Amino acid sequence: MIELLPPAFILIVAAILIGPTRGHLRTAILLAAPLITLWAIWQVPDGVVSSLRFLDYRIEPVEGSALRRLFATIFALMAFVGGLYAFRQARWYELAAGYAYAAGAIGVSFAGDLITMFLFWELMALFSTVVVWCGGTPAARAAGIRYAIMHLLGGIILKVGIEGVVIHTGSVDIQPMLASNFDTWMILIGILINAAAPPLSAWLADAYPESSPTGSVFLSAFTTKTAVLALILLFPGEALLIWVGIFMIMYGIIYALLENDARRILAYSIVNQVGFMVCAIGIGTEMALNGAAAHAFAHIIYKALLFMSAGVVVYRTGFSKCTDLGGLFRTMPLTTICGIIGALSISSFPLTSGFTTKTMISQAAADEGMVAVYLLLAAASAGVFLHAGIKFPWFVFFQKDSGLRPKDAPWNMGVAMVLFAALCILMGVFPETFYQFLPYATDYVPYTAGKVLFYVQLLLFSGLAFFLLLPLMKRTLTISLDTDWLWRVAMHSVLTAAEARLAVVGEGLRSWRLARFATIRARAELYFDAQGEGKRAGVFARNWSIRTTALWIAVLLTGYVLVYIR
Amino acid sequence: MNQSREQDPWLVRPASIRLLWRIFWAVLALTVALQAVIKVKGYFGVDGWIGFGAVFGFLSCLLMVLFAKGLGYLLKRDQDYYRSERGDD
Repeated sequence: MIELLPPAFILIVAAILIGPTRGHLRTAILLAAPLITLWAIWQVPDGVVSSLRFLDYRIEPVEGSALRRLFATIFALMAFVGGLYAFRQARWYELAAGYAYAAGAIGVSFAGDLITMFLFWELMALFSTVVVWCGGTPAARAAGIRYAIMHLLGGIILKVGIEGVVIHTGSVDIQPMLASNFDTWMILIGILINAAAPPLSAWLADAYPESSPTGSVFLSAFTTKTAVLALILLFPGEALLIWVGIFMIMYGIIYALLENDARRILAYSIVNQVGFMVCAIGIGTEMALNGAAAHAFAHIIYKALLFMSAGVVVYRTGFSKCTDLGGLFRTMPLTTICGIIGALSISSFPLTSGFTTKTMISQAAADEGMVAVYLLLAAASAGVFLHAGIKFPWFVFFQKDSGLRPKDAPWNMGVAMVLFAALCILMGVFPETFYQFLPYATDYVPYTAGKVLFYVQLLLFSGLAFFLLLPLMKRTLTISLDTDWLWRVAMHSVLTAAEARLAVVGEGLRSWRLARFATIRARAELYFDAQGEGKRAGVFARNWSIRTTALWIAVLLTGYVLVYIR
Repeated sequence: MNQSREQDPWLVRPASIRLLWRIFWAVLALTVALQAVIKVKGYFGVDGWIGFGAVFGFLSCLLMVLFAKGLGYLLKRDQDYYRSERGDD
């Protein structure tokens, strides 16, 4: 009976219990639930574990495989470290929403059929919106509404696709497909919206930075990476994804370079990093899919680490803009070091997790002889170092002396950061230990002298470019427009303009009507108005003398007789 | 002000910044020079040349920064842009 329950239910129960409990009991639930989930995840064997009939469909709530366990593991690990990071600072409803959100991600990981996947998918959409709202500011409320609209829309598109596939194939199974007809296109688009692919990537950089310092850590991990898992399961080798991925990579770099808000820089670099994974899924070989899965795993760790260090800065100073920050290394050594380790990992520096996972994707491109893709990925690696690897730590922790002297991280936040920083290094130093958990067996060797030298050269000269081009990257108090401008401003102004035009027409109609009424009234007054306040009464309202009246009757009768007799 | 009295950390003194730059240049030169000893296996010929990573990395970054700069003229708006456009959020 117990194996019928998906591991996700443990976190859902924990999320429910967080509300009514207090003090140490709540802390115990927060820290124990992800660990029990982790244990449950590793009890799931390969293949379909449980199935039941729902309406006319065979539902498979739990299906195991190396890939699914890998993603579920990092989601549970993320819930644990995120909970540890947040439990003393965040409000209980943010923690509960965060855990329900993580449960959704774990549920998607093990979903054996499209219906189960969709249910957990929507669970994530709902509770991630709550996490955004927990930012607590009017800006967070507005961004949360925009975020919810985007994800509910994506969910509907996904659902349309799922219905189509179910009706046309009769199967709810999750199996590889290509975007070849309307149904599969809808599924692909629905998933890509969650992956923050163009043209709908703006929601990510819009919503995540508005959440609380702790909320952004949860948000950075789940939505985009479950989309990556869904793409690996459903669209491996869909060639279109290569170019979608490359676009996301470049988009992330360019927008992050323009950005001033530290957490928004990190948000753009999520799009950039997910681009690497999407591109790998498009390549679709075993090496590439291994690379996508491994990179997703490593990415969740170092991106959460980066958001945690940025979160500590926001928590301690209340600032998140580069123009307000700087020089924090003086009083925040731990946060600085952890931030730098995260930054080096995202830049795939040798001896970090980024190097041992991201180079697999480049290797896959090289193996397939994709020259352009390989070179673009290499250029992008340089660009990642530029926009996240140096820019983030430099502007937040060094740059200038902002005069801020905040305290370093609270102990729980510090422990959470150290845990993930250690994992970044461990995965970089002992890659083989990690590779055995990948979906396909691999004998990939990340550390060859030539490869290390190539990447060190590439990255260090990007660093040189950064410091030489610093004058060009002066921070400005600006934001950058994205496609969401189309509905936030353009559509709004079109509507306002249309309303204004209609109002002009309405005003015209009204004044025409009033003018007509005024004319009619003037006529009526002219003929019938008896009231003679200083003026004469209307023609038909006057008192006429008998004499005049008799004369008029005589004239009229004469006229009548003359006309009628003839 | 108490803060202006405190001694600048080693990292931000002009002398140490000059020293760091010198070390940085030396390391950069070393990574290129090392290619004489360690062979970088190129996948497409060009990428095995000496200094390819250096030139490619530097030029990519230069291009990206310039492109971002150019795009910035088109896309950058005041940080209160959406608030002032809409007045509701």
